[in-house]
Amino acid sequence: MTMNQNQLEALIREVITEVLGSPAKNDSAVPAGDVWKTGPGSTDGAREERDDIPDDQLVDITSPEVRQRILIANPMDVEMMDRMRQMTNARIGAGRSGPRLNTVTMLTLRANHATARDSVFSEVDPALLEEMNLFSVQTRCTDKNNYLTRPDLGRRLNEEGRRIIDQKCKKHVQAQIYVSDGLSSKAVEANVRDILPAIMNGLESFGISTGTPFFVKFGRVGVMDEISEIVDAEVTCVLLGERPGLSTAESMSAYLVYRATIGNPESVRTVVSNIHRDGINSVEAGAYVAEIIRIMLEKKASGVDLSL
Amino acid sequence: MEILSIGIDVGTTTTQLVISRLVIENKASAFTVPRIHIVSKEILYRSKVYFTPFLNEVDIDEDGVFAIIQAEYAAAGVTPDEISTGAAIITGEAARKQNAERILNRLSSFAGQFVVSTAGPDLESIIAGKGSGAAAWSKEHRCVSVNADIGGGTTNIAVYENGEVASCTCLDIGGRQVRVDAGIISYISPSARRISDAVGLGLETGQQADPSKLSILTDRMAELIFLQIFDPDSDPLLQAVKTKNAGSLQRASRDTAVFFSGGVAACIFGNSDDDFPYGDIGVLLGRSIRRCSWFSSSKVEHSAEMIRATVVGAGVHLVSISGSTITYTPELLPLKNVPVLKLSDEEVRRWRSGDDAYVADRLLWFSGTTDDRILALGWNGWRSPRFAEILEMADHVVNVYSRPGLEQIPVILIIEEDMAKSLGQSIRRKMPDRQLICIDSIGIREGDYVDLGSPIMNGVAIPVVVKTLVVG
Repeated sequence: MTMNQNQLEALIREVITEVLGSPAKNDSAVPAGDVWKTGPGSTDGAREERDDIPDDQLVDITSPEVRQRILIANPMDVEMMDRMRQMTNARIGAGRSGPRLNTVTMLTLRANHATARDSVFSEVDPALLEEMNLFSVQTRCTDKNNYLTRPDLGRRLNEEGRRIIDQKCKKHVQAQIYVSDGLSSKAVEANVRDILPAIMNGLESFGISTGTPFFVKFGRVGVMDEISEIVDAEVTCVLLGERPGLSTAESMSAYLVYRATIGNPESVRTVVSNIHRDGINSVEAGAYVAEIIRIMLEKKASGVDLSL
Repeated sequence: MEILSIGIDVGTTTTQLVISRLVIENKASAFTVPRIHIVSKEILYRSKVYFTPFLNEVDIDEDGVFAIIQAEYAAAGVTPDEISTGAAIITGEAARKQNAERILNRLSSFAGQFVVSTAGPDLESIIAGKGSGAAAWSKEHRCVSVNADIGGGTTNIAVYENGEVASCTCLDIGGRQVRVDAGIISYISPSARRISDAVGLGLETGQQADPSKLSILTDRMAELIFLQIFDPDSDPLLQAVKTKNAGSLQRASRDTAVFFSGGVAACIFGNSDDDFPYGDIGVLLGRSIRRCSWFSSSKVEHSAEMIRATVVGAGVHLVSISGSTITYTPELLPLKNVPVLKLSDEEVRRWRSGDDAYVADRLLWFSGTTDDRILALGWNGWRSPRFAEILEMADHVVNVYSRPGLEQIPVILIIEEDMAKSLGQSIRRKMPDRQLICIDSIGIREGDYVDLGSPIMNGVAIPVVVKTLVVG
């Protein structure tokens, strides 16, 4: 099931060669119509199998540049199409081949899907956690499959995790921030370097005391309630990788609860979602989360009880 | 939420007022960072069009103007405290009268707490094109459009590209450049006299007002307006009728969409049997434009507003919103007429590479050119900043604003890309007691002035008016 980076690259290389023949020529100066000739009647003799193209010259079909291309055969108003294209991540202007998707569109979908799956199944790089000075604890899940099939176990810490947090973390703080993989390790890797220090920085500017940040492996949102009880935090905030979609695998959310306790309803959670490069950038999201924490401490509420 | 916005225009010929409702909403879902936008603009009340009262050739009748505004507030059923934003503007020749500035100050203190007062031919040109729809048209069609606002004293012309003003200028051509009283010419402006002499008409006050003779004058005026738009270098007379200190307009191609607004625009499209219904040459000028060969060969578009373009532009289209990812010291707001020093991308690179002294010197020099110690520093910024970059930038800001001469002034930063909240928090951490405003998503240019309103939507956003006074 799992596809690692090399396998993914190999797949992409394979399909590009298959579709484009000689992708080395495909720089952005070539009009889109000429490169992506995938409609009916486009089978020309120019396509040949090649495997001598260096990796760095291959076109990444998941890259924003490629996704920006307009694949409609003869658009009436290219400029207008281009404007609409820039306003959304959705796959518009993709054209079609008869009733079906163009091959390139389908391959990009599959590649994005593969990236999404990878993001779910991969693990956060331990070097990153070390760099961010985050120690790691685990929920009651034992591996990825167990994590995916048993959400209930992902909402509770294992015994060792409870003990480590109890030993290492500062108690009775105004705000406890921690990071968790959730369903996308890529989201953590893409955002945590910027969002975590941005929140800490913001809280410091407001004079709010913070607990010791750490990382929870195989974490569901709900485990924040148990953590809140252990460290006795007024506000608990988890930065968690969201279930990846076909437009991005790097989306993170921050969930925040005022005085979280095990068994509290979901309605007490405040969420800031869509934190990624093409959504809200992580630095500004961090600053906003810090502001929300300040408001929560002031209003002593969160979720539906708090109007922001 | 809704806010009421007012526009007041005291022009050479007419004085008007509009009250509009701006609906401001958070366009983002409840689960993400708010995005505050003006979602609709609706004109609730249009005043009658009054003749601007003058005491004599050099003074506007201050109390007269004031009485008109007060009466219209009453007729509209609003009080000044209900008005949260808007603009009062003195336009055309009225802006050159001796007491223009005093009237503006008095108007803006009466009209509501955050009503900007402003004047200046460039801004006027820009505002009129927003009111007539020329700016929106160019944005919608992704092209260039021109607006010519022909009033009593001046013709304000602005060129828009994709909704943004690209250049503007002003000519001393207008309906009241020659006035007619009971069939006799009672006033000829210096500019109208120059044109009259150039075509050898020999007009003098006291002469009988002969429509066919005056039409020769207005034909020439109409031609000059089109020449200014399409072929500005071909006629030396253009320089002679250009308003003092007006900017230079970029030449438009012949297929550019042209919009007309202002009192004379109404005379282009309307029919009047009377030659001098307003005691001036407005109707003749309108007819001249209509029958001029340039007119029929140009792509003239329908304007949303004619005589009210400027007042609608001022009241409805000037305000924008900076929201949600901002940092500010509430006591500092509102602020009016804050001059902006805009750093180029090149200057920002230089600054980021450590040259704080350069930016400090620029700021010091800039603060020397204004008599106020309130000034803003602006730059474009960059997308998806890293936190390390934000901290570095905060250090640079702190360094600059700690220098002698700058250590007392409030820190006001206006950035185009989204980075103001984290940057603001970082600066506040380093300088907790310093007055600070750090906003983003506002595009500004060198030479702009901004007005920053009192916070709205639970303090999430502040209304911002960017006044582009110098362009080109």
